[in-house]
Amino acid sequence: MNQHLVLRVITKLMVGFIILFALYVQFHGDYSPGGGFQAGVIFAAAFILYGLVLGLENVKAVLPPWVTHKMMALGVLIYTLVGIYSFFVGFNFLDYGALTPSHPEHGQHYGILLVELGVGITVAGVVISIYYAFVSRSSTSEDEEW
Amino acid sequence: MLWRVLLFWIDQSLRTREIKFLDGRKKIDSVIILTLFIMLVISAIGVVWVKHLFAAAMFSGIFSFLSALLFVMLDAVDVAFTEAAVGAGVSTVLVLGTIVLTKRREQERKVKENLRPLILVILTGMILIYGSLDMPEFGSSNAPAQSHVGLTYLESTPEQIGIPNVVTAVLASYRGFDTLGETAVVFTAGVGVLVLLGGFVRNRRRKDQGES
Repeated sequence: MNQHLVLRVITKLMVGFIILFALYVQFHGDYSPGGGFQAGVIFAAAFILYGLVLGLENVKAVLPPWVTHKMMALGVLIYTLVGIYSFFVGFNFLDYGALTPSHPEHGQHYGILLVELGVGITVAGVVISIYYAFVSRSSTSEDEEW
Repeated sequence: MLWRVLLFWIDQSLRTREIKFLDGRKKIDSVIILTLFIMLVISAIGVVWVKHLFAAAMFSGIFSFLSALLFVMLDAVDVAFTEAAVGAGVSTVLVLGTIVLTKRREQERKVKENLRPLILVILTGMILIYGSLDMPEFGSSNAPAQSHVGLTYLESTPEQIGIPNVVTAVLASYRGFDTLGETAVVFTAGVGVLVLLGGFVRNRRRKDQGES
């Protein structure tokens, strides 16, 4: 897509805002619509847009595949560790009151934030990894064939 | 002109048969929802009709955007995010990636070969419509979703969790264990796709390409 100057400039402009919106949906999920899953998908969509317009090599330089593979596991790990921490402190599994035992309601806030972060990281990692896996396979076509 | 007559006719016929899907909403809302549904059907027919697979992929993207708009009309903004990002964005890109790897055009088939799938699809659609007749009215206060455990969540979230977004409270806290399972499912699906598509052996393939 080297010849599409407008697309490339607009994409560079948009990607930042898309990622910002993803972060808003992620960390503002307690107050506004959305949560970890939506944020992860929007985050991944930003990288996929970048990869579509500026080429696979460029997006892989920003976010290498080994990072997205680690992200997939890291999210589930964060989620599970929150649960395991809470029953080592003496609460039920995934009872977020454990995070601040003196004030359970605050614990719920922290717990939901951490857990949603885990979901977001996993979803973003999975979607970007699947995109890489699809697009990395050698293709036989050129731009003109479309 | 024809368009307005059609809209008016559909609206009237829904009203006279006492289908209350659009009642209790503003007039403009019902017009927008009807237009979206008609466009949804048109884009679905487009997906089937078009032989060029690139155009079919674009039609399915349009279908997803239209359903995202419908979700916005039904006040489900978070579902609309997901539909727009996954349905229209990511899956369209993945379909395009598959087209690049396979063929641009659908294989021509005889009319007779298409007959059996068509009958099957019509039968399934009829069964689904028949099943939907038993569902509670749209927005009904007696619907199971409104009257059982959902009510408890709505009442107890402010004091137990203390956040305004009840959906997040239910997903992350009340049903936290379910969401952990869902995250594990997403993770497993990702690993499965990577194993099938060879996402982990990319370095070896690139070396092969360099030689050829």
